Amino acid sequence: MYVKKEMIAMLLAGGQGSRLGVLTQKMAKPAVSFGSKYRIIDFPLSNCINSGIDTVGVLTQYMPRRLNAHIGIGIPWDLDRTMGGVTVLPPYESNENSDWYTGTANAIYQNLEYMESYNPEYVLILSGDHIYKMDYEVMLDFHKKNKADVTIAVMPVPMEEAKRFGIMVTDDNRRITDFQEKPEHPRSNLASMGIYIFTWKVLKEALLTNRDQPGLDFGKHVIPWCKDQGDNLFAYEFNGYWKDVGTLNSYWEANMGLIDIVPEFNLYEEYWKIYTTAVSIPPGYMAPDAVAERTIVGEGSGIYGQCYSSVIGCDVTIGKGTVIRDSIIMNGAVIKDGCELNKCIIAEECEVGSGVRLGVGDEAPNDTNPNIYNNGLVTLGEKTVIPDNVTVGKNTVIYGVTDENDYQDMCLPSGGSIIKAGDEE
Amino acid sequence: MRAIGIILAGGNNHRIRQLTQDRAACAMPIAGSYRSIDFALSSMSNSHISKVAVFTQYNAGSLNEHLSSSKWWDFGRKQGGLFIFTPAVTAESNAWYRGTADAMAQNISFLKNSHEPYVIISSGDCVYKMDFNKLLEYHIEKKADITVVCKEMPPEAPVERFGIVKVDPDMRIREFEEKPVVARSNIVSCGIYVIRRRQLIEMIERCTEEDRYDFVRDILIRYKDMKQISACMMSDYWSNISSVDDYFRTNMDFLKAEVRKYFFKEYPEIRTKVDDLPPAKYNMGSQVHNSLIAGGSIVNGTVEDSILFRKSYVGNNCYIKNSIILNDVYIGDNTHIENCVVESRGTIRANSYYKGESGIQVVVEHNERYVI
Repeated sequence: MYVKKEMIAMLLAGGQGSRLGVLTQKMAKPAVSFGSKYRIIDFPLSNCINSGIDTVGVLTQYMPRRLNAHIGIGIPWDLDRTMGGVTVLPPYESNENSDWYTGTANAIYQNLEYMESYNPEYVLILSGDHIYKMDYEVMLDFHKKNKADVTIAVMPVPMEEAKRFGIMVTDDNRRITDFQEKPEHPRSNLASMGIYIFTWKVLKEALLTNRDQPGLDFGKHVIPWCKDQGDNLFAYEFNGYWKDVGTLNSYWEANMGLIDIVPEFNLYEEYWKIYTTAVSIPPGYMAPDAVAERTIVGEGSGIYGQCYSSVIGCDVTIGKGTVIRDSIIMNGAVIKDGCELNKCIIAEECEVGSGVRLGVGDEAPNDTNPNIYNNGLVTLGEKTVIPDNVTVGKNTVIYGVTDENDYQDMCLPSGGSIIKAGDEE
Repeated sequence: MRAIGIILAGGNNHRIRQLTQDRAACAMPIAGSYRSIDFALSSMSNSHISKVAVFTQYNAGSLNEHLSSSKWWDFGRKQGGLFIFTPAVTAESNAWYRGTADAMAQNISFLKNSHEPYVIISSGDCVYKMDFNKLLEYHIEKKADITVVCKEMPPEAPVERFGIVKVDPDMRIREFEEKPVVARSNIVSCGIYVIRRRQLIEMIERCTEEDRYDFVRDILIRYKDMKQISACMMSDYWSNISSVDDYFRTNMDFLKAEVRKYFFKEYPEIRTKVDDLPPAKYNMGSQVHNSLIAGGSIVNGTVEDSILFRKSYVGNNCYIKNSIILNDVYIGDNTHIENCVVESRGTIRANSYYKGESGIQVVVEHNERYVI
């Protein structure tokens, strides 16, 4: 049976995202929950189906179980198809060289046969760790119109921040003339978003030619090689909302952006829906004494306390007398009665005992990973348990089932860390 | 599972007034996120009944929309599946369904082509959860010809709109009166039955010969002395939505912790069509107390003792009290709504005032919606 798809997507979802600390201890970054009921990968997956792309290969490697469970056969995204649909592509063993995915382009190279089976004309390369809504079809039109070999989505960033990105230098027709990787003196402010459209023949040739390059990477190897070959490289400018949620602080900020009256990133628009696996169906319940202001709450949650400026997931319980501010509470977490939570990230299925106070006192740098746990955040890894009446300071991290003996005087001062969870699962 | 399922979803009920103007009673929204047929469908799916027929006739479109895919209830199977039967013109018949038995008669091939020995029949407008495996065991143990699920209502409850039964000590039904003027017992039929498939085919064919069309009147009541019709008492929650008051009360029951726990938290779960709505959003100044708020809703004003279904919008300075706001309703600023059911897809203009004075008022307002 001859199959033909104009464009298929390859979604790179194998990375850990180690700057998210304990949130990615047991799951790949694309599986981390975002905006109450969603997970990060929902955004590129929904973009695909909304753009008319019905064939998506999801490349997994790091801790893939949660991601696999979430994607399933793709029902929420209408990607359960008889031909195409979503396919999870883990690394595999073969006769010649069995290898993990050693780089972004290497991962795609190892799945040449998957792509070939759909006879695509174009291949869209995506990463599974950004929050945005984008019509890839418009980008494809741009690619076709320019008769491009490679189109790279770029976003204008402030000139002073340009040195943190891969910068594309273009001529007036958006043809890429040069790149600068994290340049000291940027010559343009167009930052690569890590979204590429390749004409299939060009991609295939580039991957086959460079297959022996260790850690084959798009930005470092494939794109420069294409340019050296004299291929047509174009930059497609995107001006919508696009957020990297690579650090705990940017992750927290992006979540908080959802609760404005008219948020910059609006989930309530009919036009470009974001789909996800429904973990819970029933409506949320607000108790007689409940308060929720500037807060979003997922299905099946019961609010008995007070929530201000927070993002609350599905099947969460917020106990009586508890006051929550500026926090992210993920699916299935239970916060018991009389607690006080300030600027917390509480991962899935945590249990916080009665009378616990999180995020109080003066700031102090985190004692183990000050580059990850900062900005006053309190971070709890999934299934963490905190006993009653404990007080926890700022820039702290707790992961695992803790009891009174883990705390000195029922207290974890600012900057402290308790990591108890092992590698079981 | 050794049974196939039949859900009777044909009916309209004049006592539920405007609310079934555009939809079947079985498509009535329940508890914020569900529709009434979800309860029968989920119970069948959770009991591993793999082949289910839905007979629908009145405003069938609303139900078809809800059942457009069977995957939400796990009926997208190679073996069995979900079958929706609306009346069709055939060589034998060009009539509408003249009753519940007639609906089965017109689709007798569904019964004949199945091989499962039993049939579980449920009406589609009841809110309940049931393990039909246990019901079937009971049926077999009682050696009954037909088992009728019954519930003992509180002595003061008005039961005249139900089928009323009287049972002997062995739980055999001795008297069965449909919607009597004066009820002589407070045991009501829940509209859920078990019967052997061949027995059902035989009885239905007999009905057809005699131009009889109603399952309750022409099978249950007519055969009650000849066949052994047993009652199986149900002790868990059961409610039916045959009137506006019932509909309102059934929804409001979900504000009780024990009802929520039973349906929302305890295994097995009730499933419904998934709607891909964002989380509920509470803006600055919103005050929501003792209320259920479904996904996609945005609340700015005050909501008390109420249920907001999916995609409701409550404007600034509104006061919603003791009311049910159905799906996709837009309520403009400064509006007062009390003791009402607001019909879905409605748009309430700003500064409106609605109050059900002597009971529950049904509000149907389809104004232009400017905002959003």
